[in-house]
Amino acid sequence: MKKNWPVLLLGAVLLIGLVLPLVTGAAPGGFYVEVLLGGLMSGVLYSLVAIGFALIFKASGVFNFAQGSMVLFAALAVARMAEAMPLWLAIVLGTVIMIALAWVIERLVLRPLVNQEGVALLMATLGVTYFLDGFGQTLWGSDIYKIDLGIAKEPVMVLDKVFKGGILVNKEDFVAAFVAALLVAGLVLFFQKTATGRALRAVADDHQAAQSIGIPLNRIWMIVWSVAGFVALVAGVIWGSQLGVQFSLSQVALKALPVVILGGFTSIAGAIFGGLIIGVGEKMAEVFLGPVLVKAFDLAGGGLENWFAYVLALLFLLVRPEGLFGERNIDRV
Amino acid sequence: MLYRENGQFKSTYASDQQMLPILQDRIFMAGLLLFAFVAVPMLASDYLFLSLLIPFLILALAAIGLNLLVGYCGQISIGHAAFMSVGAYAAYNLALRVPQLNFLVVLVLAGLIAAAVGILFGIPSLRIKGLYLAVATLAAQFFTDWLFARVKWFTNYSSSGSVSTAPIEMFGWKIDTPAEKYLFVLGVLVGLTLVARNLVRSHIGRAWMAMRDMDVAAEVIGIRPVYAKLTAFAVSSFYVGVAGALWGFIYLGAWEPLAFNLTLSLNLLFMIIIGGMGSLLGSYFGAAFIVALPILLDQVPNLLGVSMSTATASHLASMIFGGLIVFFLIVEPHGLARLWAVGKEKLRLWPFPH
Repeated sequence: MKKNWPVLLLGAVLLIGLVLPLVTGAAPGGFYVEVLLGGLMSGVLYSLVAIGFALIFKASGVFNFAQGSMVLFAALAVARMAEAMPLWLAIVLGTVIMIALAWVIERLVLRPLVNQEGVALLMATLGVTYFLDGFGQTLWGSDIYKIDLGIAKEPVMVLDKVFKGGILVNKEDFVAAFVAALLVAGLVLFFQKTATGRALRAVADDHQAAQSIGIPLNRIWMIVWSVAGFVALVAGVIWGSQLGVQFSLSQVALKALPVVILGGFTSIAGAIFGGLIIGVGEKMAEVFLGPVLVKAFDLAGGGLENWFAYVLALLFLLVRPEGLFGERNIDRV
Repeated sequence: MLYRENGQFKSTYASDQQMLPILQDRIFMAGLLLFAFVAVPMLASDYLFLSLLIPFLILALAAIGLNLLVGYCGQISIGHAAFMSVGAYAAYNLALRVPQLNFLVVLVLAGLIAAAVGILFGIPSLRIKGLYLAVATLAAQFFTDWLFARVKWFTNYSSSGSVSTAPIEMFGWKIDTPAEKYLFVLGVLVGLTLVARNLVRSHIGRAWMAMRDMDVAAEVIGIRPVYAKLTAFAVSSFYVGVAGALWGFIYLGAWEPLAFNLTLSLNLLFMIIIGGMGSLLGSYFGAAFIVALPILLDQVPNLLGVSMSTATASHLASMIFGGLIVFFLIVEPHGLARLWAVGKEKLRLWPFPH
């Protein structure tokens, strides 16, 4: 148990933060649950983007800054194509496009940069980010587009017996959470049960050893980037249906970064739990801590959401440098 | 054939430790300084000063600062514009609240405040490294963005959150024409470059480089990681803070919240990657490249004779920018400074290739 005390500490602090608004009576129960659900929901979406990061980092050691741009690109593609064809066809075509994109990135960017330092690869994905942002908007247009999943948007009142006033819940949120859970389950099955998944895990473990037993690295990387592209597409469609497809979508990736470092770069479970912790944490901070701070320090508005995730991740890394589920690094000279 | 060091013997310790051991280098450097301090102010137009030379000089200073941290000490930071903003707002508040302070003192104090904040955000580097640290430094970026936008005291309770600076005057010298601004920035830059050049070849710089090459081994041979990493963060933030103060006071004059955003941070990183990590010269090259590129890209539609909407043009520019970055990384991962070194070596051997 002693080994896990930072995790316990973080859990304790978060728990206190969670319970405090209820105990002090700052929020009525119904409103509190609404905020909680909202946080969980955005947490699921952060997790989706973070999973894309974790997949690519695990298999190729590349920190893919372009994941957010891939989300935007995929969402734009689906949104524009859905104007001319049924949605399912647009999603299928979008998947094909993302796979093609993965192939191009692997060929033109990653293969020439094999064996470079991590920071050079990071910079290369930043270059890809700029390129994709420009390319996506040139190709598909830069207005705000809609993706209509065909689910009623009206909030539903539930549990009005338990809480005074009931809780407003979006049906779409539940569908989104369900789709995300389905995707994660599919990924886990793919990684654990198929031959390709085994090869992917082998590559993630040790590039050279994997190569020496005959696993084709280049093909594996292409598959990983395709899977990440597909995850980006799912994330893009869900985010896009809720917020509208626009440039700010690519900024979502910036929220997913603290999620991956909180959870540990290489861990999919970490991405999920990190996403939920950060989603709930920042919503709670914004809604309950924000007004307190604004009053105390005479601020020009809250906006804690913008940095809360980062500071939380930073503090957590101070006590547990490898993240929630990351592998412990052992340095050898 | 002109560029030879044979026949130039070192007979004293002082000459052995010269910064530019080769006579031709010294002549070249003297010529360059003369050109920059005398010829450029007489020749350049105001447009050239304001849109090219002054941003280039200030960003070169910031790039040097970042390079000290990333290139010499090996600690990646994606949030360095945060320290620029700390420097800028510190200078703004100092100049506002203590008007009798000399601007040079303001600059130094702003740098020191940025250094203190840098140490604070550098503390995680003692526990985490590599890409984890890179992401953690983003915390500095987003936190300062928020801090300066929301806490009214920093912007002197201005309603829009934007601030504007008073004209700079020191020792009876009013710095208001573009040429004067250029000369002032150039002076600061040359002075601080000299300091940086000497820092990196002193014991501090060697400790940084040992830390970069392998931190565990460096610790074993007796370099204190706490000291090495935190000095790197402090010195780097000092440079970047001074650059931020100059950026605010001399280049922008007045700025809004989020003037020092993530894009600026990323641009600083691009500068040192394209210019060359672990090279002061590379910081200059990188800054020149990043300042000049958008201006050139703006001209592209005109040159092609195609008229397009500004949105399309900016998307195209973004595409070309991204593509060029990837291209540069593939062709020369060690940056422009490496090309320069190769060219110099070729020149030394010329005309006999062996």
